[in-house]
Amino acid sequence: MIRMEGIQKSFGSNHVLRGLDLNIAKGTSMVIIGGSGTGKSIALKCVLGLVVQDSGRIFVDGKDAADTTDRDAFLARFGMLFQGAALFDSLPVWQNVAFRLLRGSLKRPREEAREVAIEKLRRVGLKPDVADRFPAELSGGMQKRVGLARAIAAEPEIIFFDEPTTGLDPIMSGVINELIREIVVEMGATAMTITHDMTSVRAIADNIAMLHEGIIQWTGPVAEMDQSGNPYLEQFINGRAEGPIESVR
Amino acid sequence: MNPLAVLGRTVLSALAAIGRIALYGVETISHLFRPPFYSREFLSQLLNIGWLSLPVVGLTAVFTGGALALQIYAGGSRFNAEAVVPQIVAVGMVRELGPVLVGLMIAARVTSSIAAEIATMKVTEQIDALVTLSTHPMKYLTVPRVLAAVLVVPLLVGIGDIIGIFGGYAVSTGTLGFNAATYINNTVDFLEPLDVISSLTKGAVFGFCAALMGCYHGMNSGRGAMGVGRATKGAVEGAAILILAVNFVLTGVFFTL
Repeated sequence: MIRMEGIQKSFGSNHVLRGLDLNIAKGTSMVIIGGSGTGKSIALKCVLGLVVQDSGRIFVDGKDAADTTDRDAFLARFGMLFQGAALFDSLPVWQNVAFRLLRGSLKRPREEAREVAIEKLRRVGLKPDVADRFPAELSGGMQKRVGLARAIAAEPEIIFFDEPTTGLDPIMSGVINELIREIVVEMGATAMTITHDMTSVRAIADNIAMLHEGIIQWTGPVAEMDQSGNPYLEQFINGRAEGPIESVR
Repeated sequence: MNPLAVLGRTVLSALAAIGRIALYGVETISHLFRPPFYSREFLSQLLNIGWLSLPVVGLTAVFTGGALALQIYAGGSRFNAEAVVPQIVAVGMVRELGPVLVGLMIAARVTSSIAAEIATMKVTEQIDALVTLSTHPMKYLTVPRVLAAVLVVPLLVGIGDIIGIFGGYAVSTGTLGFNAATYINNTVDFLEPLDVISSLTKGAVFGFCAALMGCYHGMNSGRGAMGVGRATKGAVEGAAILILAVNFVLTGVFFTL
Protein backbone atom coordinates (compact mmCIF):
# COMPACT_ATOMS: atom_id res chain seq x y z
CA MET A 1 0.00 0.00 0.00
CA ILE A 2 2.90 2.37 0.79
CA ARG A 3 6.12 2.01 -1.17
CA MET A 4 9.14 4.22 -0.59
CA GLU A 5 11.88 4.07 -3.20
CA GLY A 6 15.35 5.56 -2.84
CA ILE A 7 14.33 8.36 -0.47
CA GLN A 8 17.14 10.79 0.20
CA LYS A 9 16.99 13.82 2.46
CA SER A 10 19.76 16.08 3.73
CA PHE A 11 19.76 19.09 6.00
CA GLY A 12 22.89 20.98 5.02
CA SER A 13 25.79 18.56 5.41
CA ASN A 14 23.71 16.16 7.50
CA HIS A 15 22.60 13.33 5.17
CA VAL A 16 19.69 11.90 7.14
CA LEU A 17 18.16 9.55 4.58
CA ARG A 18 20.51 8.02 1.99
CA GLY A 19 18.28 5.93 -0.22
CA LEU A 20 15.58 4.47 1.98
CA ASP A 21 13.49 1.66 0.42
CA LEU A 22 10.47 0.30 2.25
CA ASN A 23 7.23 -1.54 1.45
CA ILE A 24 4.22 -1.61 3.75
CA ALA A 25 1.46 -4.00 2.72
CA LYS A 26 -2.19 -3.05 3.10
CA GLY A 27 -3.69 -3.85 6.51
CA THR A 28 -0.34 -4.60 8.15
CA SER A 29 1.45 -2.85 10.98
CA MET A 30 5.02 -1.80 10.19
CA VAL A 31 7.25 -0.52 12.96
CA ILE A 32 10.40 1.39 12.07
CA ILE A 33 13.06 1.20 14.74
CA GLY A 34 16.40 2.92 15.03
CA GLY A 35 18.39 5.21 17.28
CA SER A 36 17.59 8.84 17.93
CA GLY A 37 18.35 11.15 15.01
CA THR A 38 18.46 8.38 12.40
CA GLY A 39 15.66 9.94 10.33
CA LYS A 40 12.67 7.79 11.35
CA SER A 41 10.38 10.80 11.81
CA ILE A 42 11.68 12.40 8.61
CA ALA A 43 10.76 9.25 6.65
CA LEU A 44 7.25 9.37 8.03
CA LYS A 45 6.90 13.12 7.37
CA CYS A 46 8.03 12.59 3.76
CA VAL A 47 5.02 10.34 3.16
CA LEU A 48 2.66 13.04 4.43
CA GLY A 49 4.42 15.81 2.53
CA LEU A 50 5.40 17.64 5.74
CA VAL A 51 9.01 17.27 4.59
CA VAL A 52 9.88 17.12 0.89
CA GLN A 53 12.54 14.54 0.04
CA ASP A 54 15.53 15.57 -2.08
CA SER A 55 15.12 12.53 -4.30
CA GLY A 56 13.21 9.25 -4.42
CA ARG A 57 9.53 8.47 -4.84
CA ILE A 58 6.70 7.50 -2.55
CA PHE A 59 3.74 5.52 -3.83
CA VAL A 60 0.42 5.14 -2.02
CA ASP A 61 -1.80 2.49 -3.59
CA GLY A 62 0.48 2.52 -6.61
CA LYS A 63 0.08 6.27 -7.21
CA ASP A 64 3.01 8.63 -6.84
CA ALA A 65 2.26 10.91 -3.86
CA ALA A 66 4.02 13.78 -5.67
CA ASP A 67 1.37 13.66 -8.41
CA THR A 68 -1.49 14.17 -5.97
CA THR A 69 -3.70 17.02 -7.11
CA ASP A 70 -6.38 16.84 -4.40
CA ARG A 71 -4.24 17.17 -1.29
CA ASP A 72 -7.28 17.37 1.00
CA ALA A 73 -8.55 13.98 -0.20
CA PHE A 74 -5.04 12.49 -0.02
CA LEU A 75 -4.51 13.60 3.59
CA ALA A 76 -8.03 12.51 4.56
CA ARG A 77 -6.81 8.92 4.11
CA PHE A 78 -4.27 9.40 6.92
CA GLY A 79 -4.47 9.75 10.67
CA MET A 80 -1.46 10.60 12.78
CA LEU A 81 -0.57 10.42 16.45
CA PHE A 82 2.28 12.84 17.13
CA GLN A 83 5.05 12.26 19.64
CA GLY A 84 3.83 15.02 21.98
CA ALA A 85 0.18 14.49 20.91
CA ALA A 86 0.27 17.98 19.26
CA LEU A 87 -3.19 18.86 20.55
CA PHE A 88 -4.42 22.38 19.83
CA ASP A 89 -4.18 24.26 23.14
CA SER A 90 -6.86 26.77 22.23
CA LEU A 91 -9.55 24.16 21.55
CA PRO A 92 -11.40 21.90 24.01
CA VAL A 93 -10.72 18.18 23.76
CA TRP A 94 -13.81 17.32 21.73
CA GLN A 95 -12.99 19.94 19.09
CA ASN A 96 -9.46 18.54 18.88
CA VAL A 97 -10.82 15.06 18.27
CA ALA A 98 -13.47 16.23 15.80
CA PHE A 99 -11.20 18.79 14.12
CA ARG A 100 -11.42 17.17 10.69
CA LEU A 101 -15.17 16.68 11.07
CA LEU A 102 -15.80 20.37 11.78
CA ARG A 103 -14.24 21.70 8.57
CA GLY A 104 -13.16 20.74 5.08
CA SER A 105 -14.53 17.96 2.87
CA LEU A 106 -15.53 15.72 5.82
CA LYS A 107 -17.50 18.48 7.58
CA ARG A 108 -20.52 17.35 9.59
CA PRO A 109 -23.08 19.19 11.75
CA ARG A 110 -21.54 20.35 15.03
CA GLU A 111 -23.68 18.11 17.28
CA GLU A 112 -22.93 15.04 15.16
CA ALA A 113 -19.18 15.82 15.21
CA ARG A 114 -19.32 16.13 19.00
CA GLU A 115 -21.06 12.75 19.30
CA VAL A 116 -18.38 11.14 17.14
CA ALA A 117 -15.68 12.78 19.27
CA ILE A 118 -17.22 11.45 22.50
CA GLU A 119 -17.54 7.98 20.97
CA LYS A 120 -13.87 8.02 19.93
CA LEU A 121 -12.86 9.27 23.37
CA ARG A 122 -14.76 6.37 24.89
CA ARG A 123 -12.96 4.01 22.49
CA VAL A 124 -9.59 5.14 23.86
CA GLY A 125 -10.78 4.79 27.45
CA LEU A 126 -11.69 8.39 28.28
CA LYS A 127 -14.98 9.46 29.87
CA PRO A 128 -17.30 11.97 28.18
CA ASP A 129 -16.57 14.60 30.86
CA VAL A 130 -13.07 14.97 29.36
CA ALA A 131 -14.63 16.33 26.16
CA ASP A 132 -15.03 19.89 27.43
CA ARG A 133 -11.65 20.15 29.14
CA PHE A 134 -8.64 21.78 27.51
CA PRO A 135 -5.47 19.80 26.63
CA ALA A 136 -3.39 21.64 29.26
CA GLU A 137 -5.67 20.20 31.96
CA LEU A 138 -4.84 16.59 30.99
CA SER A 139 -1.98 14.30 32.01
CA GLY A 140 0.55 13.10 29.40
CA GLY A 141 -1.16 9.71 29.10
CA MET A 142 -4.59 11.31 28.64
CA GLN A 143 -3.17 13.65 25.99
CA LYS A 144 -1.81 10.64 24.09
CA ARG A 145 -5.22 9.00 24.24
CA VAL A 146 -6.88 12.19 22.94
CA GLY A 147 -4.25 12.31 20.16
CA LEU A 148 -5.10 8.71 19.33
CA ALA A 149 -8.83 9.52 19.30
CA ARG A 150 -8.13 12.42 16.92
CA ALA A 151 -6.04 10.17 14.66
CA ILE A 152 -8.92 7.68 14.26
CA ALA A 153 -11.83 10.15 14.32
CA ALA A 154 -12.31 10.20 10.55
CA GLU A 155 -11.75 6.42 10.18
CA PRO A 156 -8.54 6.72 8.14
CA GLU A 157 -7.14 3.87 6.03
CA ILE A 158 -3.57 4.59 7.12
CA ILE A 159 -2.46 5.57 10.63
CA PHE A 160 0.98 6.84 11.63
CA PHE A 161 2.23 6.69 15.20
CA ASP A 162 5.30 8.78 16.02
CA GLU A 163 6.93 7.56 19.25
CA PRO A 164 3.55 6.66 20.82
CA THR A 165 4.93 5.69 24.25
CA THR A 166 7.70 8.27 24.71
CA GLY A 167 7.41 10.02 28.05
CA LEU A 168 4.86 7.60 29.50
CA ASP A 169 5.29 5.26 32.46
CA PRO A 170 5.52 1.50 31.65
CA ILE A 171 1.92 0.77 32.60
CA MET A 172 0.51 3.65 30.53
CA SER A 173 2.84 2.60 27.68
CA GLY A 174 1.32 -0.88 27.83
CA VAL A 175 -2.20 0.58 27.73
CA ILE A 176 -1.39 2.74 24.69
CA ASN A 177 0.30 -0.19 22.92
CA GLU A 178 -2.76 -2.39 23.47
CA LEU A 179 -5.08 0.37 22.28
CA ILE A 180 -3.05 0.89 19.13
CA ARG A 181 -3.02 -2.82 18.36
CA GLU A 182 -6.76 -3.22 18.99
CA ILE A 183 -7.69 -0.17 16.96
CA VAL A 184 -5.49 -1.07 13.99
CA VAL A 185 -6.90 -4.61 13.92
CA GLU A 186 -10.55 -3.64 14.30
CA MET A 187 -10.31 -0.84 11.71
CA GLY A 188 -8.29 -2.97 9.31
CA ALA A 189 -5.99 0.02 8.88
CA THR A 190 -2.44 0.08 7.58
CA ALA A 191 -0.17 1.31 10.36
CA MET A 192 3.33 2.74 10.40
CA THR A 193 4.88 3.31 13.80
CA ILE A 194 8.16 4.89 14.76
CA THR A 195 9.66 3.93 18.06
CA HIS A 196 12.76 2.80 19.88
CA ASP A 197 10.73 1.14 22.62
CA MET A 198 11.14 -2.62 22.08
CA THR A 199 8.08 -3.40 24.22
CA SER A 200 6.04 -1.33 21.77
CA VAL A 201 7.61 -3.15 18.84
CA ARG A 202 6.59 -6.56 20.13
CA ALA A 203 3.07 -5.36 21.01
CA ILE A 204 2.28 -3.43 17.84
CA ALA A 205 4.27 -4.81 14.91
CA ASP A 206 3.50 -7.33 12.20
CA ASN A 207 6.74 -6.36 10.48
CA ILE A 208 9.69 -4.27 11.53
CA ALA A 209 12.34 -2.27 9.68
CA MET A 210 15.66 -1.27 11.22
CA LEU A 211 16.82 2.17 10.05
CA HIS A 212 20.46 3.15 10.49
CA GLU A 213 22.75 5.49 8.56
CA GLY A 214 19.88 6.57 6.33
CA ILE A 215 18.96 3.16 4.92
CA ILE A 216 16.90 0.15 6.03
CA GLN A 217 19.42 -2.35 7.43
CA TRP A 218 16.92 -5.16 7.93
CA THR A 219 13.21 -5.69 7.44
CA GLY A 220 11.01 -8.69 8.10
CA PRO A 221 8.28 -10.17 10.29
CA VAL A 222 8.49 -9.43 14.00
CA ALA A 223 8.63 -13.18 14.73
CA GLU A 224 11.98 -13.39 12.91
CA MET A 225 13.46 -10.40 14.66
CA ASP A 226 15.31 -12.35 17.34
CA GLN A 227 16.95 -14.72 14.81
CA SER A 228 17.71 -12.14 12.14
CA GLY A 229 21.47 -12.50 12.23
CA ASN A 230 21.70 -8.82 11.39
CA PRO A 231 24.36 -7.18 13.60
CA TYR A 232 22.63 -3.78 13.63
CA LEU A 233 19.29 -5.23 14.69
CA GLU A 234 20.82 -7.57 17.24
CA GLN A 235 22.77 -4.74 18.86
CA PHE A 236 19.68 -2.55 18.94
CA ILE A 237 17.18 -5.05 20.35
CA ASN A 238 19.65 -6.27 22.97
CA GLY A 239 20.67 -2.72 23.88
CA ARG A 240 24.40 -3.42 23.62
CA ALA A 241 26.95 -0.60 23.61
CA GLU A 242 29.35 -2.69 21.48
CA GLY A 243 28.57 -3.36 17.84
CA PRO A 244 28.36 -1.74 14.43
CA ILE A 245 26.19 1.12 15.77
CA GLU A 246 28.53 3.63 17.35
CA SER A 247 27.54 4.76 20.80
CA VAL A 248 28.85 7.89 22.45
CA ARG A 249 29.86 7.53 26.08
CA MET B 1 37.68 38.43 9.91
CA ASN B 2 37.14 40.79 6.99
CA PRO B 3 34.85 43.65 8.12
CA LEU B 4 33.61 44.19 4.57
CA ALA B 5 32.61 40.54 4.29
CA VAL B 6 30.74 40.77 7.60
CA LEU B 7 28.96 43.92 6.42
CA GLY B 8 28.12 42.29 3.10
CA ARG B 9 26.73 39.16 4.78
CA THR B 10 24.63 41.29 7.14
CA VAL B 11 23.19 43.40 4.31
CA LEU B 12 22.45 40.34 2.15
CA SER B 13 20.86 38.57 5.08
CA ALA B 14 18.68 41.63 5.84
CA LEU B 15 17.63 41.94 2.18
CA ALA B 16 16.79 38.23 2.03
CA ALA B 17 14.64 38.58 5.18
CA ILE B 18 12.81 41.58 3.69
CA GLY B 19 12.20 39.56 0.53
CA ARG B 20 10.84 36.57 2.48
CA ILE B 21 8.53 38.81 4.52
CA ALA B 22 7.30 40.55 1.35
CA LEU B 23 6.54 37.18 -0.29
CA TYR B 24 4.78 36.01 2.87
CA GLY B 25 2.70 39.22 2.78
CA VAL B 26 1.76 38.69 -0.87
CA GLU B 27 0.83 35.06 -0.18
CA THR B 28 -1.29 36.15 2.79
CA ILE B 29 -3.16 38.70 0.66
CA SER B 30 -3.77 36.07 -2.04
CA HIS B 31 -5.30 33.74 0.57
CA LEU B 32 -7.60 36.52 1.85
CA PHE B 33 -9.75 36.11 -1.25
CA ARG B 34 -9.74 32.31 -1.61
CA PRO B 35 -11.86 29.88 0.42
CA PRO B 36 -12.04 28.20 2.83
CA PHE B 37 -12.57 30.96 5.40
CA TYR B 38 -12.47 30.19 9.11
CA SER B 39 -15.07 32.56 10.55
CA ARG B 40 -14.79 31.31 14.15
CA GLU B 41 -11.05 31.96 14.14
CA PHE B 42 -11.66 35.39 12.64
CA LEU B 43 -14.25 36.36 15.27
CA SER B 44 -11.99 35.10 18.04
CA GLN B 45 -9.15 37.28 16.70
CA LEU B 46 -11.44 40.30 16.41
CA LEU B 47 -12.15 39.92 20.11
CA ASN B 48 -8.53 39.31 21.03
CA ILE B 49 -6.95 42.06 18.93
CA GLY B 50 -9.75 44.61 19.19
CA TRP B 51 -11.77 44.40 22.38
CA LEU B 52 -9.00 43.13 24.65
CA SER B 53 -6.57 45.84 23.43
CA LEU B 54 -8.94 48.67 24.39
CA PRO B 55 -7.63 49.20 27.96
CA VAL B 56 -3.97 49.53 26.94
CA VAL B 57 -4.84 51.73 23.96
CA GLY B 58 -7.12 53.97 26.04
CA LEU B 59 -4.60 54.42 28.86
CA THR B 60 -1.75 55.12 26.45
CA ALA B 61 -3.82 57.70 24.57
CA VAL B 62 -5.19 59.55 27.60
CA PHE B 63 -1.76 60.01 29.21
CA THR B 64 -0.15 60.98 25.90
CA GLY B 65 -2.88 63.55 25.17
CA GLY B 66 -2.50 65.03 28.64
CA ALA B 67 1.31 65.21 28.42
CA LEU B 68 1.09 66.69 24.93
CA ALA B 69 -1.19 69.51 26.19
CA LEU B 70 1.25 70.30 29.01
CA GLN B 71 4.24 70.35 26.61
CA ILE B 72 2.52 72.55 24.03
CA TYR B 73 1.36 74.93 26.73
CA ALA B 74 4.84 75.16 28.26
CA GLY B 75 6.57 75.49 24.88
CA GLY B 76 3.97 77.86 23.43
CA SER B 77 4.18 80.17 26.42
CA ARG B 78 7.76 81.06 25.40
CA PHE B 79 6.39 82.99 22.44
CA ASN B 80 2.85 83.77 23.69
CA ALA B 81 1.24 80.89 21.71
CA GLU B 82 -0.44 79.07 24.61
CA ALA B 83 -3.81 79.36 22.87
CA VAL B 84 -2.89 76.83 20.16
CA VAL B 85 -3.01 73.89 22.59
CA PRO B 86 -6.38 72.49 21.31
CA GLN B 87 -5.34 72.66 17.66
CA ILE B 88 -1.90 71.14 18.15
CA VAL B 89 -3.19 68.40 20.44
CA ALA B 90 -5.86 67.50 17.88
CA VAL B 91 -3.50 67.49 14.91
CA GLY B 92 -0.69 65.80 16.84
CA MET B 93 -2.91 63.05 18.16
CA VAL B 94 -4.88 62.36 14.99
CA ARG B 95 -2.11 62.65 12.43
CA GLU B 96 0.81 61.09 14.31
CA LEU B 97 0.67 60.11 17.96
CA GLY B 98 -2.66 58.27 17.85
CA PRO B 99 -1.82 55.88 15.00
CA VAL B 100 1.85 55.43 15.92
CA LEU B 101 1.28 54.80 19.62
CA VAL B 102 -1.66 52.48 18.98
CA GLY B 103 0.45 50.69 16.35
CA LEU B 104 3.33 50.26 18.78
CA MET B 105 1.00 49.11 21.54
CA ILE B 106 -0.48 46.55 19.15
CA ALA B 107 3.06 45.46 18.24
CA ALA B 108 3.83 45.01 21.93
CA ARG B 109 0.60 43.28 22.89
CA VAL B 110 -0.67 41.50 19.78
CA THR B 111 2.43 40.83 17.66
CA SER B 112 4.24 39.29 20.61
CA SER B 113 1.25 37.15 21.50
CA ILE B 114 0.72 35.95 17.92
CA ALA B 115 4.42 35.16 17.43
CA ALA B 116 4.73 33.30 20.73
CA GLU B 117 1.51 31.32 20.16
CA ILE B 118 2.33 30.27 16.59
CA ALA B 119 5.99 29.57 17.42
CA THR B 120 4.89 27.33 20.29
CA MET B 121 2.47 25.59 17.95
CA LYS B 122 5.36 25.02 15.57
CA VAL B 123 7.78 23.57 18.12
CA THR B 124 5.07 21.30 19.54
CA GLU B 125 4.18 20.03 16.02
CA GLN B 126 0.70 21.58 16.12
CA ILE B 127 1.36 23.20 12.72
CA ASP B 128 2.26 19.77 11.29
CA ALA B 129 -0.89 18.39 12.90
CA LEU B 130 -2.94 21.07 11.13
CA VAL B 131 -1.49 20.00 7.79
CA THR B 132 -2.23 16.32 8.43
CA LEU B 133 -5.80 17.34 9.25
CA SER B 134 -6.12 18.88 5.76
CA THR B 135 -6.01 22.44 7.09
CA HIS B 136 -3.74 25.04 5.51
CA PRO B 137 -1.85 26.76 8.36
CA MET B 138 -1.80 30.08 6.51
CA LYS B 139 -5.57 30.04 6.03
CA TYR B 140 -6.29 28.86 9.58
CA LEU B 141 -3.71 30.93 11.49
CA THR B 142 -2.42 33.85 9.40
CA VAL B 143 -5.44 35.01 7.41
CA PRO B 144 -7.88 35.40 10.35
CA ARG B 145 -5.28 37.30 12.40
CA VAL B 146 -4.19 39.63 9.61
CA LEU B 147 -7.75 40.33 8.46
CA ALA B 148 -8.95 40.99 12.01
CA ALA B 149 -6.03 43.36 12.64
CA VAL B 150 -6.60 45.27 9.38
CA LEU B 151 -10.25 45.81 10.29
CA VAL B 152 -10.00 46.46 14.00
CA VAL B 153 -6.80 48.49 14.44
CA PRO B 154 -8.26 51.52 12.57
CA LEU B 155 -11.14 51.43 15.06
CA LEU B 156 -8.64 51.32 17.92
CA VAL B 157 -6.76 54.24 16.36
CA GLY B 158 -10.01 56.23 16.06
CA ILE B 159 -10.84 55.51 19.70
CA GLY B 160 -7.23 56.33 20.70
CA ASP B 161 -7.45 59.65 18.84
CA ILE B 162 -10.65 60.61 20.67
CA ILE B 163 -9.34 59.53 24.08
CA GLY B 164 -6.03 61.33 23.45
CA ILE B 165 -7.84 64.55 22.56
CA PHE B 166 -9.96 64.07 25.66
CA GLY B 167 -6.75 63.73 27.71
CA GLY B 168 -5.55 67.07 26.36
CA TYR B 169 -8.96 68.59 26.99
CA ALA B 170 -9.10 67.34 30.58
CA VAL B 171 -5.64 68.72 31.39
CA SER B 172 -6.23 72.00 29.56
CA THR B 173 -9.61 72.73 31.11
CA GLY B 174 -8.74 71.27 34.50
CA THR B 175 -5.33 72.79 35.18
CA LEU B 176 -4.39 75.21 32.38
CA GLY B 177 -7.48 77.43 32.57
CA PHE B 178 -8.96 76.78 29.09
CA ASN B 179 -12.68 77.29 28.48
CA ALA B 180 -14.32 73.93 27.76
CA ALA B 181 -16.63 75.04 24.91
CA THR B 182 -13.87 77.04 23.19
CA TYR B 183 -11.47 74.11 23.47
CA ILE B 184 -13.94 71.75 21.77
CA ASN B 185 -14.83 74.30 19.06
CA ASN B 186 -11.17 74.94 18.28
CA THR B 187 -10.48 71.21 18.07
CA VAL B 188 -13.42 70.46 15.78
CA ASP B 189 -12.85 73.50 13.54
CA PHE B 190 -9.17 72.79 13.07
CA LEU B 191 -9.34 69.09 12.17
CA GLU B 192 -9.86 68.27 8.49
CA PRO B 193 -11.27 65.08 6.92
CA LEU B 194 -7.82 64.23 5.54
CA ASP B 195 -6.44 64.14 9.10
CA VAL B 196 -8.97 61.50 10.08
CA ILE B 197 -8.61 59.55 6.81
CA SER B 198 -4.82 59.45 7.19
CA SER B 199 -5.17 58.32 10.80
CA LEU B 200 -7.51 55.42 10.00
CA THR B 201 -5.50 54.39 6.92
CA LYS B 202 -2.36 54.27 9.00
CA GLY B 203 -4.25 52.14 11.52
CA ALA B 204 -5.22 49.58 8.85
CA VAL B 205 -1.66 49.41 7.45
CA PHE B 206 -0.11 49.18 10.94
CA GLY B 207 -2.56 46.41 11.82
CA PHE B 208 -1.49 44.49 8.73
CA CYS B 209 2.21 44.97 9.57
CA ALA B 210 1.78 43.98 13.22
CA ALA B 211 -0.20 40.79 12.56
CA LEU B 212 1.92 39.80 9.56
CA MET B 213 5.18 40.10 11.48
CA GLY B 214 3.77 38.04 14.36
CA CYS B 215 2.61 35.28 12.01
CA TYR B 216 5.77 35.30 9.88
CA HIS B 217 8.17 35.05 12.80
CA GLY B 218 5.99 32.47 14.55
CA MET B 219 5.80 30.26 11.46
CA ASN B 220 9.58 30.52 10.96
CA SER B 221 10.51 29.96 14.59
CA GLY B 222 13.53 27.90 15.58
CA ARG B 223 13.35 24.93 17.92
CA GLY B 224 12.72 24.93 21.65
CA ALA B 225 12.13 27.70 24.16
CA MET B 226 15.01 29.71 22.69
CA GLY B 227 13.42 29.52 19.24
CA VAL B 228 10.10 30.80 20.60
CA GLY B 229 11.88 33.61 22.46
CA ARG B 230 13.82 34.67 19.37
CA ALA B 231 10.71 34.55 17.20
CA THR B 232 8.80 36.75 19.65
CA LYS B 233 11.64 39.25 19.97
CA GLY B 234 12.17 39.38 16.20
CA ALA B 235 8.46 39.85 15.59
CA VAL B 236 8.10 42.79 17.99
CA GLU B 237 11.30 44.47 16.77
CA GLY B 238 10.33 43.94 13.14
CA ALA B 239 6.77 45.17 13.65
CA ALA B 240 7.88 48.30 15.54
CA ILE B 241 10.49 49.25 12.92
CA LEU B 242 8.11 48.48 10.05
CA ILE B 243 5.33 50.57 11.64
CA LEU B 244 7.64 53.58 12.13
CA ALA B 245 9.07 53.30 8.60
CA VAL B 246 5.63 52.91 7.00
CA ASN B 247 4.38 55.83 9.10
CA PHE B 248 7.11 58.04 7.64
CA VAL B 249 6.15 57.00 4.10
CA LEU B 250 2.40 57.44 4.68
CA THR B 251 2.88 60.83 6.30
CA GLY B 252 4.84 61.89 3.21
CA VAL B 253 2.13 60.52 0.91
CA PHE B 254 -0.74 62.19 2.76
CA PHE B 255 0.72 65.56 3.66
CA THR B 256 3.49 66.47 1.23
CA LEU B 257 2.43 65.07 -2.15
